[in-house]
Amino acid sequence: MSENEEKIIKVNELNPNFKYEIQKEAGGENITRCFACGTCSAACPVREVNERYNPRKIIRMALLGMRERVLSSDFIWFCSSCYTCYERCPQDVRITELMNAMKNIAVKEGYIHPSFVAQMEALNSHGRLYEIGEFDNKKRVKLGLPPIEETAEDTKKLFKQEGVDKLID
Amino acid sequence: MKYALFLGCTVPVRALNYEVSARKVAHKLNIEFVDINDFSCCGFPVKSVDRDTFLLMAAKNLSLAEEKGLDICSLCSACTSVLTEANKELKEDEYLRKRINKELSVLGRKYEGRIKVKHFARILYEDVGLDKIRENLRVDLSKFSFAAHYGCHYLKPSEIYEGFDDSENPKTLDELIELTGAKSVPYEDKKRCCGGGILGIDEMTALKVAKTKLDHVKSAGADAVCLICPFCSIMYEGSQKKMEREFEAEYNLPVLYYPQILGLALGIPQDELGFRMNRVKPREIIAQLS
Repeated sequence: MSENEEKIIKVNELNPNFKYEIQKEAGGENITRCFACGTCSAACPVREVNERYNPRKIIRMALLGMRERVLSSDFIWFCSSCYTCYERCPQDVRITELMNAMKNIAVKEGYIHPSFVAQMEALNSHGRLYEIGEFDNKKRVKLGLPPIEETAEDTKKLFKQEGVDKLID
Repeated sequence: MKYALFLGCTVPVRALNYEVSARKVAHKLNIEFVDINDFSCCGFPVKSVDRDTFLLMAAKNLSLAEEKGLDICSLCSACTSVLTEANKELKEDEYLRKRINKELSVLGRKYEGRIKVKHFARILYEDVGLDKIRENLRVDLSKFSFAAHYGCHYLKPSEIYEGFDDSENPKTLDELIELTGAKSVPYEDKKRCCGGGILGIDEMTALKVAKTKLDHVKSAGADAVCLICPFCSIMYEGSQKKMEREFEAEYNLPVLYYPQILGLALGIPQDELGFRMNRVKPREIIAQLS
């Protein structure tokens, strides 16, 4: 097996319906408008410092139907949601939301990034990303700020109803 | 002028200097903040996981302010962006609103789409207005220069912000800085993201994104970075020591929240603006003021 085996696109393994699956997800509607100009990758601050994240390449892979490779790879999680590409894309592909659409599909397929499991856990337990404990409230009161009583119940109920709780071990 | 103050997750725990200074400035300018204890996370982190749940979390928060007949003032740019986005969608898409409200009924809540969401800086610029702020200035800050960091979500995605400012050529934060007499210094790559969105995914990549900006600000000779989002501050101030170690650089660059700067110009005593909580101490600025 050659060294390039991993990189070779095998046409018989492509899923031509992947792009339509993405189009059905909120935010992914415009994926087929992409004509691969690369404005997104040129504008991307993450791409500039880390070559693993390349929005043009990810969109191309998705359009080709490389479903498993796209969904299982951690690179879709590298979008920092800065919306620079979103603003500049000449085809209004709405790339930031497209990345979110692909992440949403990846989650349904069991590929949630571990850092998001941790965030969902925190939200489920505290209703916020950071716990507000007695220590924090003492500090707040000392500064003349109102204390905050944690209310996680609402978030817990919503997570349960929507099935987000199942993502937490 | 009265708003429900939306603190989000980061501000009330990790950006107390921002919260303290924003409240002081608001008080000075006759903006009344109402605290709603049941506000929870805006939904931003959930957008990557499940869009409906994100909309539900946003709708719940929006409904709490609506119930009190108040518009929302947010200090965090990410909260501002996702609450504004959800608000726009829920207002414009009746079918979506009905569907989300049906699911929201598990909390006994409903959102009718009657309120607005605005970032504190936008409220200062648009609702209070530069002239009104100028009338209240007491201390001239003309010996200082600050590097305005807009961050991403204060103005983007632009389609949700009704034409407020220009995301490719922003000016509101520069104008807010310059009304204090201070100079807003130009620097390379001013609109660059702080990298905070991927801090939890790949710390090194996030730090590299942040580092570029500190390099540019440093070479522009600014006395401090001026920003309006708690997560940008976590990157530029909270992670500054780490970046100095990792990249063998020396920054020692103070990072201030805009209300801390405006607070000084409004004559609010320094010790009431939370400077002691800044990790990189703005010693030279404080020394030059006293």
